[in-house]
Amino acid sequence: MEMLMLTLTIFVLAIFVGVEVINKVPPTLHTPLMSGTNAISGIVVVGAIISSGGGEQTDGLSTFLGVLAIILACINIFGGFTVTDRMLHMFKKK
Amino acid sequence: MHSFINFAYLVAAVLFIYGIKGMTTPKTAVRGNQLSAIGMLIAVIAALLEQNVVSYLYIIMGILIGAAIGTFLAKKVQMTSMPEMVAALNGFGGGASLLVASANYLEMQKAASMPMGVIMGMPEANTQWAIALIFSILIGAITLTGSFVAVGKLMGKLGDPSSIGMFKAIVKVCIVLLLAGACYFVYTDPLQNTDLLIVMVVICLLLGVALVIPIGGADMPVVIALLNSYSGLAGSATGFVLGNNGLIITGSLVGASGLILTTIMCKAMNRSLTNVLFGGSMAAQAGVSKDENDAFYEGKVKVTSADEVAMLLDSAKKVVFVPGYGLAVAQAQHATRELASMLQKHGIDVKYAIHPVAGRMPGHMNVLLAEAEVPYEQLVEMDAINPEFAQTDVAIVLGANDVTNPAASKDPNSPIFGMPILEVANAKTVIVVKRGLSPGFAGIPNELFINENSLMVHGDAKLVLQEIIGAMKDL
Repeated sequence: MEMLMLTLTIFVLAIFVGVEVINKVPPTLHTPLMSGTNAISGIVVVGAIISSGGGEQTDGLSTFLGVLAIILACINIFGGFTVTDRMLHMFKKK
Repeated sequence: MHSFINFAYLVAAVLFIYGIKGMTTPKTAVRGNQLSAIGMLIAVIAALLEQNVVSYLYIIMGILIGAAIGTFLAKKVQMTSMPEMVAALNGFGGGASLLVASANYLEMQKAASMPMGVIMGMPEANTQWAIALIFSILIGAITLTGSFVAVGKLMGKLGDPSSIGMFKAIVKVCIVLLLAGACYFVYTDPLQNTDLLIVMVVICLLLGVALVIPIGGADMPVVIALLNSYSGLAGSATGFVLGNNGLIITGSLVGASGLILTTIMCKAMNRSLTNVLFGGSMAAQAGVSKDENDAFYEGKVKVTSADEVAMLLDSAKKVVFVPGYGLAVAQAQHATRELASMLQKHGIDVKYAIHPVAGRMPGHMNVLLAEAEVPYEQLVEMDAINPEFAQTDVAIVLGANDVTNPAASKDPNSPIFGMPILEVANAKTVIVVKRGLSPGFAGIPNELFINENSLMVHGDAKLVLQEIIGAMKDL
């Protein structure tokens, strides 16, 4: 129960931090903001890595799901960061 | 080692926050994005060091495949298709959360059947875990299918259904079933309920479709922002499942970002989120018939030519461009910028008025104009540009419609009454470049087009602009 309260606290505080930081992003950059947050939501890859790592808790099906999750998360990570970079360079010019 | 890995996840989360902070100005944004990427690298390395990761073959294969697809998509995508790209990425994010949670469920089952019961480094299969698992799977599945329906709508492959009653009913049934299923799942032994879990995943996939299909094409900016938020929340829930604080923090950042953008979009359309989600498309709610539309404009529209526009512009001191999505469809961004540069060389003050819903997702129009090398200082937000229209000699409306309709502020009976608009009508002369007189997304005629100070040029935005540029050169 204490563990739950701790993680819930982290969750709620992180939302407040998010609101504070993101409210300062100007509308001009809202599209890159979205693709950038797409990229960082690829962080689920850490969970996927643990499922695909062949530990003794895994079996064939869970490894398969894990690898599939790695693929999807990496599309987000690489696609998100690259396309955001592409867009931001357009704003940087001049 | 365990605390070192958790520390690395925390460092990653901090870098993500700094990365988003970099997005507060276009100058620091590129570096901010790089900081986030470094954070991701740190998180991935930390995950590879976890004690339960013993073989790397599948991991590397997965990373290579995902990286190849992701990089290919990112390099190839047109800026006009950014909404589809972001919607698809939302879907992949939701899908990844769904898969990770499902894999974790199977692992918990296997761990429970082992003699030692619990494997080091794995959380316990308690009620808290079961609730988090349900959330992770539910939100992930809804985000997955909902996002791809949104992609289909953005691409124009899926239209708006004429009746939304059936989808409303499906949504209600799905929600009731899910609530009942979730309660049963949590309060009996979750690890014995594999079949129930599969059924619930299927219901959620269906729910994602039924939720997004009835939403009007014009409301897709809201939906993309909302699904962006869901993909973050799904990640957060997965963090609760795995007991990983880095995931919880990052997911909630993304969730907050999506929620803020959703609110901004709803305000810009003066609609509540519930109305967007369950009200059906605006045109279906209040649209006029073709005859009514024709009768509204009958004999009241003043049409002009490119030559006359060129002469008007030549004597102007201040010109404001009002771009809408039609500009992007006509691929007229570059022609617009060319005309703008030409005017600037004549010493004319040039600005662009950007309505929050000008594109098909938050900030889309800004990206399209940035691609055409319009300096971002010239892009002015609605609240800042509205007082300036009174001093504007010529306002050129390019493919924008509803966001310039004066009825939004004058006619309480109008379906868009109360929606914040660009007060283009206050300019001395308004030039409207438009193919015909068909209504915009709201399905209603636009008073601006028959105003005394309005002149219309019929035709494709790109061709018309090129004609104007040619005429300016001849002057």
